[in-house]
Amino acid sequence: MQYKIEVMDKPGIFDAVGRGLSRDIVDLGIKGVRRVKFAQVYILEGDLAIGQVTSICQELLTDKVTQFYKILTVPKPLPAAGCHTIEVAYNPGVMDPVEASVLKGIQDLGISGIDSVKTAKKYIISGKLSTTQLNTIAQKLLYNKLIQHIVNPQVAQTDTQHLPNYNFNLINVDLLNATDRRLLEISKRGQLFLNLNEMRRIRSFFRKQKRNPTDCELETIAQTWSEHCYHKTFRGNIIYRESNASPRLGNMRIKNLLKSTIMKATKELNKSWCVSVFKDNSGVVKFDQNNNICFKVETHNHPSALEPFGGANTGIGGVIRDAIGTGLGAKPILNTDIFCFAPPDLAAPKVPPGALHPKRIMRGVVSGVRDYGNKMGIPTVNGAILFHENFAGNPLVYCGTAGILPKDKSFKHTDRGDLIVVVGGATGRDGIHGATFSSGELTNESETVSSGAVQIGNPIQEKKVLDTILQARDQNLYSAITDCGAGGLSSAVGEMGQELGARVYLDKVPLKYSGLNYMEIWISESQERMVLSVPLKNIHKLISLFANENVTATVIGEFTGNKRLELYYQDKLVCDLDMQFLHEGIPQIAKQACYVQTRHREPRIAQKKNLTGVLLKLLGHFDICSKEWVIRQYDHEVQGGSVIKPLMGANNDGPSDASVIRPLFNSSRGVIISNGINFRFGFIDPYWMAASCIDEALRQIISVGGSLEQVAILDNFCWGNPDKPDRLGGLVRAAFGCYDMAKAFGVPFISGKDSFYNEFNVGGKSTPIPGTLLISAIGLMEDVNKAISMYAKAAGNLIYVVGNTRPELGASHYFDLYQAIGNQVPKVYPQQARQGFIALSKAAKKGLVRSMHDCSDGGLAVALAEMAFSGSLGMDIFLAEVPGVKPGKMSNETVLFSETNSRFVVEVQPDKQRAFEQQLRGVALGLVGCLTEKTDFKVYGLEGGVCIDAKVGQLKTAWRAPLKW
Amino acid sequence: MLKPKVCILRSAGTNCDQETALAFKLAGAACELVHINRLVSNPADLENFHILALPGGFSYGDDVASGKILANELRFKLVDALQKFIAAGKLVIGICNGFQILVKSGFLPGGRPSKPGRDIAASDLKQNTSLIINDSAKFEARWVYLKPVGSTCLWTKGLKNIIYLPVAHGEGKFVVADQQLLKQLKLNRQIVLQYSNVSGELTGYPDNPNGSSQNIAGICDFTGRVFGLMPHPERHLYAAQHPRKDRRKKGEDGLQIFKNGVEFIKKNF
Repeated sequence: MQYKIEVMDKPGIFDAVGRGLSRDIVDLGIKGVRRVKFAQVYILEGDLAIGQVTSICQELLTDKVTQFYKILTVPKPLPAAGCHTIEVAYNPGVMDPVEASVLKGIQDLGISGIDSVKTAKKYIISGKLSTTQLNTIAQKLLYNKLIQHIVNPQVAQTDTQHLPNYNFNLINVDLLNATDRRLLEISKRGQLFLNLNEMRRIRSFFRKQKRNPTDCELETIAQTWSEHCYHKTFRGNIIYRESNASPRLGNMRIKNLLKSTIMKATKELNKSWCVSVFKDNSGVVKFDQNNNICFKVETHNHPSALEPFGGANTGIGGVIRDAIGTGLGAKPILNTDIFCFAPPDLAAPKVPPGALHPKRIMRGVVSGVRDYGNKMGIPTVNGAILFHENFAGNPLVYCGTAGILPKDKSFKHTDRGDLIVVVGGATGRDGIHGATFSSGELTNESETVSSGAVQIGNPIQEKKVLDTILQARDQNLYSAITDCGAGGLSSAVGEMGQELGARVYLDKVPLKYSGLNYMEIWISESQERMVLSVPLKNIHKLISLFANENVTATVIGEFTGNKRLELYYQDKLVCDLDMQFLHEGIPQIAKQACYVQTRHREPRIAQKKNLTGVLLKLLGHFDICSKEWVIRQYDHEVQGGSVIKPLMGANNDGPSDASVIRPLFNSSRGVIISNGINFRFGFIDPYWMAASCIDEALRQIISVGGSLEQVAILDNFCWGNPDKPDRLGGLVRAAFGCYDMAKAFGVPFISGKDSFYNEFNVGGKSTPIPGTLLISAIGLMEDVNKAISMYAKAAGNLIYVVGNTRPELGASHYFDLYQAIGNQVPKVYPQQARQGFIALSKAAKKGLVRSMHDCSDGGLAVALAEMAFSGSLGMDIFLAEVPGVKPGKMSNETVLFSETNSRFVVEVQPDKQRAFEQQLRGVALGLVGCLTEKTDFKVYGLEGGVCIDAKVGQLKTAWRAPLKW
Repeated sequence: MLKPKVCILRSAGTNCDQETALAFKLAGAACELVHINRLVSNPADLENFHILALPGGFSYGDDVASGKILANELRFKLVDALQKFIAAGKLVIGICNGFQILVKSGFLPGGRPSKPGRDIAASDLKQNTSLIINDSAKFEARWVYLKPVGSTCLWTKGLKNIIYLPVAHGEGKFVVADQQLLKQLKLNRQIVLQYSNVSGELTGYPDNPNGSSQNIAGICDFTGRVFGLMPHPERHLYAAQHPRKDRRKKGEDGLQIFKNGVEFIKKNF
């Protein structure tokens, strides 16, 4: 018997969901909606008496104080005229996290006989609306057809669609007699994303074996060789040519770009505090005598483009598992999230067909991160959001997690005979082909072709796994751990068993529902699963430890020692591959890379006497404006370690640079997290983009009172199609920029990730995203009580600018206001920069600095304004005193808006003036003004006249307005 | 006497257990993190503790409604043990999700004994208040000023001045079944903390971050021993946690609450 239950707010209770939705409908430009009411729908199936259903409603599903319920058994009458209902339910096979909780709740009531629970959301919209308008509302606001569908309101019986059982039937793929054309067909049809060379290599391998591969073997190879898992581009050969670029790298043949740049810097710097780099699921560095810190940043771009909530949700869930899967398991202590979207006010016609509107993508992505991060109890303390139209079809979603782990739990190793145990969530059909999917371009058909790659996470499942894993770790119950990410079990087991070989019995893997075939089980990317290597003697203890907290742990195989990958389904061999071929068999082909420096138009912008208006415009630029709407939705205080919070100031709303947290209660030692990202500089030269990103990340570390003494960095490249020489040419330059700066600043890379094929293809025309590099930095602080925030503290204090300002308006936000790019891209002069960084961190340690702010997007003007209005204090500034300024040679605009690197704004108490200036001796330094009681922000130009005059309140309003949703 | 023993209750989705344990340790108590399954399988276990703390988090994902499923577990699996615990003069505190659980299980505001001196009967455990989705319709993390209201709550004894704590929740709007009850709560001095501005005036959003009626941020039961609040006192134990510490503002506003609880046990057990 099926019962359908609707739960609604009582009249008089403020329906926040309905009210919010009404606002969004108006935003769509649809008038005439009187009100929207929301109802939560539950569909219970099972052998239940009506009395039981009633008590389920009263005791579990309804809040007696504010809600009422209806039980619908008969088909409902049509809704009254002018009253429309839209009911949204999950598609079969899509994870519905609420289901398990409701089942538990019903069992707690002592009611058995319940078979299944499904949930749906119902929206009752009253007002005059056409069918097209209703469809627009449904499609733009209420559901995503990849994971949900609209339920016919006339039908009370919702078809919960039980999936059919699966009967075993081994499938072989005929490669032996396949022509090249056929090979490509096989690759395309199977969504293997393997090129002809790779397919040929596989064919010849099996010709030697005198047999055809099973579909499972072919799929396993595709997963292992995918760009996502193998990083062909960074590890392959590249033939690089360039013309009129400075600095010149010269034409060259690169054997393994990663080893020639990123990893090379780390190797040469050879820091003793680097514990494990480029090996494990994340990079590990020393924290104190007994603990290490791990840090990893991942991307989840393509899934987020198709299903923003689910994509970001599983993106953050995945990178958290990287921390849990590092060494023998780390405790996550912070998250960081950086996004690139198209402007949220993008005109509808500019949204490519098949893509969602950027505002919806942004809202969805933020909710996805909020849901997973908050429920895991991990503070999201750092991030950035940037905007450009070319992200419309392909947004960027970077998710990072740092964790802490005991020194003696920082390494793993698997022994022959160890059992393979899968822990956590059951396996379903979700996320099939995620790894290979991310190795191809998005098209306007992606949503239909690759919908399997879209999924929803279940953070509470992962929290349970985390809680229990850490207990098992501390009892030394397992010898190795890794997470099930892209490629699912095929990657996790494949990696763990690479040296020894592994045997897996696929029919032992716990399933969410029947009907999965052996291959789907093997490559499914169902979330919240970890794989452990467990010595036989510990297995019972381990399984009961997990069972005590309702976590499933299942033995699915063993590590053999025969260096083969053997998969069985119901005792039938479905895969038998040589590990060496699997991991080293991929053919090395050389990719062509070509870089030609683009000359952009130099804009002719008439100089203005009064630049107040320009500053207000800049503060309202989407890149620069307040992200408070986003940040407040993240719990950045959980775990109680937050010291420098993302928002600080007289009213707790100024934009902090780096974040500082204290991971251990019994120690005042802190971790500093920052990021540098600026794809705009890449329009002129990716080399200087990379250099600037590193400089920015380090600048922020210095700004909060940190030092260069122990700073490690991560690289995350999001790029277009690397098979296109122009895209790859830019990548090579960026990578060499990384090498040069890492060496010069003495900061090693400890981990990184690349995401390619970030292009959106409509009708054969492919638009790449701006090649974007994210540099994430992690540093240490001896005493968090010495941390420094960015907002102005007291009237009468002096304002210094540290670091020379240069005429570098190229790719600045100021130029962007005039739709121009220019050519004078900010460069980095590491020797001078380093000297300034070191002097400032010493000054901060000695308590000579009251506040400090990093000077980046929008230049000096924005940095000064942010410092002033965040502290609710006025400022008098004299541009002639800014270091590096050449009167006559520079305009006020150049001094104010040039985004020259390695600069800071510093607040110093008058009684500390001498000590501070002594400490900074030899560093470009200018005493440019002071803080005032009255709330006027006044800037005196190079000729002495006032060029900016505004109330700080006015500046703050302009800065808060754009994303005040 | 011996160190007061605190049972910090964990379930799927609890995530403020560590910092809550720290707060009680700093206040001079001994803490044990106890998973709900352990208590359900052996309710008598609770007798070994003096204080039960329900920490913040998202118990069972806050599915259906925040705290609802764990609240039912208390109502249907542990009600006797809990009533015995409270009747024995011991203490309960629920923070954020813990407050939601106490409200939805009816332990807060709780009933009144039919006769003075009599224990509160299980039948008195009806949910007559609730904590529902914020007026802003979204999860928000921010620091708030809290005005201690002269109440019977021993957890806030001696707190006179405005305190400053972070909130982080999506469902914190306190509502009552009927206005009569609100009067009752005032009369019984069960309203403990109210959201206010820095000078103690009862102001609107964002000072009142969720739209709670009467700006109510925390209430206690009739005995004053069972206390629930949405803000997080365990997240303000050190000056370094204060968002404007470098303006020489002092921290530690949260610690006094835990000290009061521990001192009470030391005096009475």
